[in-house]
Amino acid sequence: MNSPSSSDPPPRKRVALVSGASRGIGRAIGERLAADGYHAVLTYRADAAGAEAAVEAIRSAGGSGEAVKADVTSAVDIAALADRLDTEREGVDVLVNNAAVLKNGLFALMPEANWNLVLDTALGGTFRMTKAVMRGMLRRRWGRIVNISSLAAFSGSAGQTNYSAAKGALVAFTKSLAAEVGAFGVTVNAVAPGFVDTEMIAFLTKEVREDFLKRVPVQRFGRPEDIAPFVSFLCTDGAGYLTGQTVRIDGGFVG
Amino acid sequence: MSDDLKKRVKELIVRQLKLEMDPATIADDAPLFGDAEGGLGLDSIDALELVLGVEKEFGIKVQDEEVGVTAFASVNALCQFVRQKAA
Repeated sequence: MNSPSSSDPPPRKRVALVSGASRGIGRAIGERLAADGYHAVLTYRADAAGAEAAVEAIRSAGGSGEAVKADVTSAVDIAALADRLDTEREGVDVLVNNAAVLKNGLFALMPEANWNLVLDTALGGTFRMTKAVMRGMLRRRWGRIVNISSLAAFSGSAGQTNYSAAKGALVAFTKSLAAEVGAFGVTVNAVAPGFVDTEMIAFLTKEVREDFLKRVPVQRFGRPEDIAPFVSFLCTDGAGYLTGQTVRIDGGFVG
Repeated sequence: MSDDLKKRVKELIVRQLKLEMDPATIADDAPLFGDAEGGLGLDSIDALELVLGVEKEFGIKVQDEEVGVTAFASVNALCQFVRQKAA
């Protein structure tokens, strides 16, 4: 770290906003971006303790971060958060759309509410968060957006028609938005993790896990730490020519 | 309507959109978008640039639905919009 003389105003610290960051992949990404020098804003819907623990870990490591309760399905929550970050921190430079929920079930038995909630969180939440920070990125002529898709977007997953539809939509959204904002120095990419060992895959039966591992050359489940470094790279200045892409981080999953 | 504001808006349009023209040659009521004769023929990315420029130049917020044909139709319309917002 440089130490500018006391008369200089402190340089603006870039801000990274990560949704659904109280645990799992979101938390790992938030901690990594804080280690990269960003002020990490970690949103959570319900798990305040998890988000605060993540912020504590960030601060212990010498980084800067804060936990904010914000439901990505709430336009009011998101607008309030974006307004505050505009005022206090001159906007958001990096946005990671990670928040998602599962409502697994066979399609033939799926209540519409379960379809709507999953779509409105992963896809609708991405719309709201991205909308809230986009104008600032365009004005500054710099921005990085990373959408967390899923292997489910590419590989059929029984019981997850809602989740895979939302995650697949993120792949298409990523490509189209990248085409719109590339001229403004804003990149939009997605990563599609395979089965990462978080609460998200707690529903898998032993048989499914064993079958899955047979198709993963790397021979293990993913870890949040397998995802965060690439997201970190996507957010660097050097990644400015990489946009519109979805990169699978799935241990080489075959099938 | 004040000529100063018109001049400022025209200069903003040329500067923000990197147009190679004298701002004074933009007619007050010429259509900014589309292919109409005598218009500037701007496209939707230009519209976005113009929104960003107007927000910065005049310190106002432009809502999504205001970027329709009305507020950004011409220099005159844009001036009226800015005056209304700043009031």
